[in-house]
Formats: sequence, C-alpha cells, structure tokens
Amino acid sequence: MEIKCEDVKHLADLSNFSLPDKEIVALQNDLQDIIKYISQLDELDTKNVEPTYQVFEMENVWREDEILPQEADREALLALTKEEKDHQIKVPKVL
Amino acid sequence: MKTANKTVSAERLVKDALEKAKFFEDYHIFTSLNEEGALKKAREIDAKIKKGEKVGRLAGVPYAMKDNFLSPEGETTAAAHILEGFTAPVTATAIKKLEAEGAIMIGRTNMDAFAHGSSTENSYFGPTSNAFDKKRVAGGSSGGSAVAVALDIVEFATGTDTGGSIRQPASFNGVYGFKPTFGTISRYGVVAMASSTDCIGFFTKAPEDMDLLMSIASGQDPKDLTTLPDYYNIAEADAESDDSRHASSRPSSRGSSLTRSPLVAKCLESSNSCARIGVIKDFDNESVDPEIRQALKKKCDALEKKGHKVVELSMPNLKYALAAYYIIVPAEIASNLSRYDGIRYGFRSNESTDLTALYSNTRSEGFMPENKRRIMIGNFVLSSGFYDAYFLKAAKARTLIIKEYEKAFSKCDFILTPVSPNLAFKIGEKVNDPVSMYLEDVMSVPLNLAGIPGLTIPVGKAKSGLPIGLQLIGPRRSDKSLLEFAKETECSTAA
Repeated sequence: MEIKCEDVKHLADLSNFSLPDKEIVALQNDLQDIIKYISQLDELDTKNVEPTYQVFEMENVWREDEILPQEADREALLALTKEEKDHQIKVPKVL
Repeated sequence: MKTANKTVSAERLVKDALEKAKFFEDYHIFTSLNEEGALKKAREIDAKIKKGEKVGRLAGVPYAMKDNFLSPEGETTAAAHILEGFTAPVTATAIKKLEAEGAIMIGRTNMDAFAHGSSTENSYFGPTSNAFDKKRVAGGSSGGSAVAVALDIVEFATGTDTGGSIRQPASFNGVYGFKPTFGTISRYGVVAMASSTDCIGFFTKAPEDMDLLMSIASGQDPKDLTTLPDYYNIAEADAESDDSRHASSRPSSRGSSLTRSPLVAKCLESSNSCARIGVIKDFDNESVDPEIRQALKKKCDALEKKGHKVVELSMPNLKYALAAYYIIVPAEIASNLSRYDGIRYGFRSNESTDLTALYSNTRSEGFMPENKRRIMIGNFVLSSGFYDAYFLKAAKARTLIIKEYEKAFSKCDFILTPVSPNLAFKIGEKVNDPVSMYLEDVMSVPLNLAGIPGLTIPVGKAKSGLPIGLQLIGPRRSDKSLLEFAKETECSTAA
C-alpha cells in the first residue's frame, strides 16, 4: 500500500508528535520502505492458525490484595518532575 | 572471574577498570562513569575481607551496566534525550541480585536510544566504536556493554535483548552474549521496549562466567509477574547430585516439570555427550557473508569430530520472522513508549503554552528518529483497518515460527546458526536505511518471538580481523544445559 503525506501526519497525531514538514517527508519514505518489507507476510498461509500474543507459559499470577512497602515514596517521585507545587505536578493550562 | 581477596583489593580492581574506561574514552563506550559510588562500594568490600567476613560470589568484580537499567547511581538515560536528568528512585531486581553478591557497577553503557537499533548509532550520545576497528559499529543495541567486555575494561556487562541486542554486538566484538529463555530474569526496573520479547542477559569472556551470572540473576520476582520459577538453579541442584562441579547449595523444591528438557539432560548425562546439532539449510545462501558460512561449517566439522551429530533442518517459515517481528515489536513499543510525556520525569519541552502541545513537543524533541519510526509503525499496524492485515497476521506467523522450532527440537538438541548475516559494518553505512539495518536481525529475532534461549559463541576472526560469532540455540528452559554444552565443547573445539 502507498503511504501518503496525510497518512504520516495522521500517524504523527496518533503518536503525539508535532513534526516539521522536512521530517514528515523523510518519514514518508522510511515508513513506505518498512511497510513494503513487512507486507511480505501476505505470502504466508495463516489459515486456521491461532495467534500468539505472548510466550509466557503461565497465566493469572495472583497476589494478596494488600499494600506492600514501596521502594520510592511520594516525595521521591515528585522530586522527579520539572515543576511541583503543593505536592502536585504543575503543567500548562489544559483548556 | 577475578574476585577481590586479601592480596588483590576490590579498590584495586575498580581503579584498574576505571582507568581502562578512561583510556578508551574515544570509543564512546560509557554514557556516564560511577567513580565515587564504585570506589565507596569497593572499600566496603575490602573492609569486610579484612575482617574475615563473608563476601559474595562476585566480590569486588567491576561490571558495566547498559544504560536502560534503573538504579539511583547516576542518571538512567536509555541513551535518549527524553530521559534527560532522570535519576531513578528504584533499583532493578537484576542489579540488586548482582550487587548483593558484591559486583560493582563502574559505568553505564551506551546503546541505541530505548534499545531501538542494531548498531548503537541511534544514541543521543553518538555511536560506540567496535573493539576491533574504530571506524566500524559496535553492533546493538547493547553496543557499549559488548565493547566494554571485549576491551577487558570489565569482567562482565549487563544487556537487554529484544531481537538480538545482546547476541549481535557480542558477535561483532568477539565475546559471549546470552539471551535466556523469556521470563528467566526479572525485568523489574529495566526500561521497557517490547514486553512480549524483552529479555535481560549478559556479556562475558567465558561460558563459565555466564553460568555463574545466570545462577545469580535468574528466578521469580514478585515485582515482575512474567518471571518463571527458578528452573535454572533447580537444574543445577539436580546436576549436583551426580556431579560435584557446581558450588550452589540451593535446595531443589520444585517439580521436575520445570527442569531442562529430558532430551538435553540425557545427552549431557552420557559421558560421550552425543548432542544432535541442527543446522538450518534455509540460512545457507548468498545473503550470508562467505566467511561466516565457512566458520559455521568449520565448527560443525569440529563438533562431529568430537562425536556429536550434525542434523540438517528445513525451517522455511523462519524467513517471515523478521517481518512479523517488525510488526509485533513496534506495536508494543508504541504502547510502552506512550508513557514518555514530559510530565512526571525526564525532559520537558519549554516551548509549550498548553498541555497538548507540551506532550507533542516533548515527544518530538525527545525521541530519536528511529524511536519515532517504530512508534509510528506500531500505531499503523494497530490502527483500525490495518489490524487484521498486519498485527493479527504477525501474531499468527508467530505461532507458525514457534511450531517450526518445536518440530526442529524433536530432531535435534541444539541449533547452530550465524548470529547475523554480516560482520561489523562501517559507522554510517546503514543508519539512514532502516530496512537494511533491520535485516541485520534476520537470524536473531526468531528466538525472541519464540521465547527461546540463544548464546553467541565467538569462533574466530575473518581475514579483515573482525570477529565472527555463531549462535547456539536451545528449547525453552534449556539455558543451563545450553551453557554446559558450550563449556564442554569450547575447550575441545577451539581453533
């Protein structure tokens, strides 16, 4: 399939990127090449084949519903942010 | 592994390692050195030794840590701008286990940003040079770790392998590199790339060291629910009863269903150890460097001389593994990397007047081009209208690949293949051509899709002086016997 400039812009939106035109053009070529390569899977007959999403042999690992001691406390986590005020993370206006 | 003792202090070992790290500064191996922290720990271990107190199995051993492991020692960057200034408030489980045995981290190693790449060129800090030719790539994504071991700066280094990121740089630099069975080592505290294929592993100079590190690092972790019960040391404990070579004293408390495959166990119990080694005929073609093909043949001849049997395998579906991988992994990347938004930690773009712009500016400025390609491909294969044609199709291809390995392992105990089709290439040669870079992984990614272990074995050098590596592959949870087999055959087939 052909990847158009608008497709790249749409994918950039989905990915939360704001990209300059120059980067869009470069990505258009790269994504086109990659999609061409991965499309060779079309050749493979997968009729009646179940999909595999994970290779871990176990499921439903349960634990007691209790709060365990945490390595990093609230202060340590808040210290990682750029701007903090009254124990909250400060961000630009939302609306 | 050379540990500290009464005659050689941990401080000496650490100082030597740091000196060497500085000597090779122009290779760009490290993103940061941990001088103060490492020397402090070394002195603590020396004090224990002086007092005659018990020290761990890695007492005073300097090591290098790939810069996607979290620990409060230095900034965890994942070689990406978007994590700038991030000092982790937690420590990865694997790192805790190594340090509990006395290992000392002397520096964080360079990598492709977020482990996206096969050359360590996609790093915010610039590329790492190959240990044997400064103009060539280190391989990737764990390039810095491979070179740190190859240049004898450290005894071992940690790595992560999502599609070959340990095995390929190990091969390019002539060292051992091991990717265990999926779920063997806890991933808690390691920057996530693709959750269904990410594995933690190591670089060493000898298979014996790899075995020691695996016995220390593997096991179930309540902080990572995708860890398997400790089959690695159970196998070791089983072997102990009839073989006193192993020093572990861990009790065997779990059922035998979790130990190594009976085939492999039988093969190794025999004193004439007669393993059946599979070679994949589909990989024997012009796309593989002739010197690598020759090295594989030579190794097979040597194994046959030793009494092992070489079995030819046909695995026609493996050629689709790379396409499936570059659908599944970007999909998981798009999801895992959506957490980087500049709000809670790391880099935040200054230019934004509202929250939406802050997200997108931070992500646009903070990610490397390859990160963006993979996130966008991931969102493409997951988006409505394309999901069935790409993501679902790849998940089905994954089933076929797993089945093909199951069939192969009914005919052989281990499989031996090249690690990658090429020797270390020149810096800049492939970095602007993503598909040609992806093709580097064509022989390493199938293992990650199937969750099986693989060990890079250095087997010599090409005429150019560049190292050649081969990959020894085993079925799920055969890690212990795979390393045992490597140990046994290495001494007998070395050129």
